[in-house]
Amino acid sequence: MLLKHTTAEVAERSALTVNPAKTCQPVGAMYAALGIHGCLPHSHGSQGCCAYHRSALTRHYKEPVMAGTSSFTEGASVFGGQGNLVQALNNMFTIYNPEIIAVHSTCLSETIGDDLAQIVRKSIDEGKVPEGKTVIYAPTPSFIGSHVTGFANMCASMASQLAEKPAEEAAPLDQVNILPGWVEPSDMREIKRIMKTMGIPYVMYPDTSDVMDAPMTGHHEFYPKGGAKIADIKSSGSSKATFALGAWASEPAAKELWKKCRVPYETLDLPIGIKATDRFLAKLSEVTGTPVPDSLTAERGRAVDMITDMQSYLYGKRVALWGDPDQLLALSEFLADIDMKPVYIVSGTPGKKFMNKMESILGDVVPESKFKNGERADLFLMHQWIKEQGVDLLMGNTYGKYIARDDDIPFVRMGFPIYDRVGHSYFPTVGYMGAIRILEKILGVLMDRQDRDSPEESFELVM
Amino acid sequence: MRKIAIYGKGGIGKSTTTQNTVAGLAEMGKKVMVVGCDPKADSTRLLLGGLAQKTVLDTLREEGEDVELEDIVKEGYSKTLCTESGGPEPGVGCAGRGIITSINLLEQLGAYEDEEIDFAFYDVLGDVVCGGFAMPIREGKAEEIYIVVSGEMMAMYAANNICKGIVKYADAGGVRLGGLICNSRLVDNEKEMIQELAKKLGTQMLHFVPRENMVQRAEINRKTVIDFAPEHAQADEYRSLAKKMADNELFVIPTPLEIEELEQLLVDYGITA
Repeated sequence: MLLKHTTAEVAERSALTVNPAKTCQPVGAMYAALGIHGCLPHSHGSQGCCAYHRSALTRHYKEPVMAGTSSFTEGASVFGGQGNLVQALNNMFTIYNPEIIAVHSTCLSETIGDDLAQIVRKSIDEGKVPEGKTVIYAPTPSFIGSHVTGFANMCASMASQLAEKPAEEAAPLDQVNILPGWVEPSDMREIKRIMKTMGIPYVMYPDTSDVMDAPMTGHHEFYPKGGAKIADIKSSGSSKATFALGAWASEPAAKELWKKCRVPYETLDLPIGIKATDRFLAKLSEVTGTPVPDSLTAERGRAVDMITDMQSYLYGKRVALWGDPDQLLALSEFLADIDMKPVYIVSGTPGKKFMNKMESILGDVVPESKFKNGERADLFLMHQWIKEQGVDLLMGNTYGKYIARDDDIPFVRMGFPIYDRVGHSYFPTVGYMGAIRILEKILGVLMDRQDRDSPEESFELVM
Repeated sequence: MRKIAIYGKGGIGKSTTTQNTVAGLAEMGKKVMVVGCDPKADSTRLLLGGLAQKTVLDTLREEGEDVELEDIVKEGYSKTLCTESGGPEPGVGCAGRGIITSINLLEQLGAYEDEEIDFAFYDVLGDVVCGGFAMPIREGKAEEIYIVVSGEMMAMYAANNICKGIVKYADAGGVRLGGLICNSRLVDNEKEMIQELAKKLGTQMLHFVPRENMVQRAEINRKTVIDFAPEHAQADEYRSLAKKMADNELFVIPTPLEIEELEQLLVDYGITA
C-alpha cells in the first residue's frame, strides 16, 4: 500500500497540497514552442528548470526535446540575466541555426524582474539575432497557474508577436485559424484531417505532429519536418476567423489575434466526445458556409453505434477524473452522455469558470458529483473522495497509478503526463474517431476487470 | 491616456508631491488614476483621507484569484481613482515582485481600459533598486517619468541613478524623462543647482516647489493642500506644477552624470560662503 495513510475523512486544508494535479508553466511553454517549425525553445533561468521541463516532455512523448537555458548563477540572480540571455541567443543561432527561438521565463527570472521584451530588443539591436531569424518570448512564472497557463501564454505570444496586422482595406484571406489547445500530436494530426475532409483552408498553431511523433528514419533530425510555419502564423492575422479549442489553452491567443488584427474568434470546448465534436463541426460549418461531409457523419454514426452496442457495460459506472480543465470539461460531458457517472473531478489548474461550467454539465445529470480546481484540488483529495465511496474507473495521467494499485481500480490513462504507457502520440482522442478510441480504452479495462473477477460459472466467451 | 511614473529618493516627498499635483489636475477637470507602488501603501492617503484602503496584494492574498476591480480601486478627492499595490512587511518576501504582480493584475482586470482616464500616475518607492521597481517603466506601461529631487547630495545622487535606469528602458521602449521636480529643502542655491543638474541630464526643472509648513498641516489632516487650504499660496504652487505637467512637451532620454561631475556640481553651487 503506497498511499496507506490516505483517510476517507476530508479535512479542510488552507495551505498543504499533496500530489498536485498540475506541473510547471514552462513545460507547457516548451511544448507549445515545439509546435513551430524549426523552433528551439529557450528557458531563461537556472539549468535545473530546463532539465526538468525537457525530461517531462521526453518521458511523455518518447522523443528528444532540445532546449537552451540561460544557466543562471548566483551572479545572474543578483545582477539580472540580461548578459546570459543575450549571449545565449548569439550562441544558439550560431551553433544550432534555428529559424526561431521561443524564450520563456522561469520563477527565478520573473521574481528578479527580468524584462524579456527589453532583453530581446537589446539582442536584436546588438545584432545577436541574424537577419531573417525570429525571437519570441512569453512570461511563464510557475507560481501562477499551471503548465496549461504556460502553454496558453506561449500561444498568446505567437499570436501577438508573429501574426501580422493586415492592411487597412485588405479583404481577409480565405482561411481560418485553428488553435488546437494542448492536445497530443496525434490529435493535432486528426484535427488537420478533419479540416482537410471538410475542405476548409486553415492555419493551425501550434502543431506538434511530425515533431513530437517524428518517425525513425535512421538519422537524427535536429528540427523535424513538422510544426507550424512562421509565414503561416504571420498570415493568421488576415484570417477570416479563429477557432480557439479549449478556453484555458487557446482563448488567450485568440484574444490577442482579435486585439492586434481584429480576427473574430469562437472559443469552443476541445472536440472530445460526440457533442463537443458536433459543436466544433457545426460552428466550422456555420462560419465558413461549408457543409459537414457524409464521411464525417458516418464516423459519428460508428461512434454512436459502438455506444449503443456496449451500453450495458457503460451504464451507471462511476468514474474519477483528474487533469487539465479543457480536457476534463469535454470528457465529463462525454462520459455523462454515454450514461457513465463522472463523480469525482480535480484539476490543479485554477480559473473560476471551471466550477460553473462543470456545474452546468453535471449538475442535473450527475447531482452526486464532486469537483474542484485550483491549489487544493489535488490527487490526495480525489483519493479521499474515492475512499468515502468507491468508483469503477479512473481516468487521468500517470500519477493516478498509485491509487489504481492500492484500491484495485481499472485505470485508463489520459492527459498529461503519461510516463508509463504508449499510444497517446499516435492515436487521437479528439473527433468522432477519438471518441471511438476513448470508448475502446474504457471498455477494454472494464471488460478485463469483469473477466478477471467473474466466477467460473459466469465467465463469458461472448461479451 | 498619459501614463506617468514618479520616482525619487525615499522620503523626498514623492507621494506628497504626486497627490498634490493630482489634486491640481483633478481640479482642472482631468480624470486621474493613482497607482501606489510602495509597500507602505501611503501613496493615496491624502486623496482618500486616510489609509483605509485595502491593497491589491492584501486582496490577492486573502481572496485568491477572485479579485474584482471594485475591491482594489477606490474613489478619492474629486473623483480620482486610487489604488495601492501594497507589499510584504519590512524584512520578508519580495517587494519588487509585488509591484510586478499587482501591475499585471490591474492590467488583467482592465483598470487601464477606462477611456475617460486622462492621466495614470505610478508613485514608485525610492530608487530603482531592482527589476520589480522598474516594472512601471517597461514597454507599454508609463511613458513619462518625473523625478522628485532636492538640493541635497543623496537626492541628486538618486535622481542620477534613476536616470541610468531610464536609459536602459528607453532603449527598448518608449519611456522618456519629462523633467525634475525640485521639492525644496532650503539648501543654498538650490533652484540654480537643480536647474543646472537638469540641464546636464538633458532635461528641465519642471517646477520649484518651495518649502512651506502648510504641506505638513494638510498632511496631518490627511488632505492635499489644494483640498485643505485652497486659497493658500502653496496650493497655487501645486496648481502651477499640475498645469506645467499637463502642458509639458519636453521628453528626453536622459544623459546621466559621472559621479565626479555630480560632486563638482555640488562644489560649484553648494559652497557659497
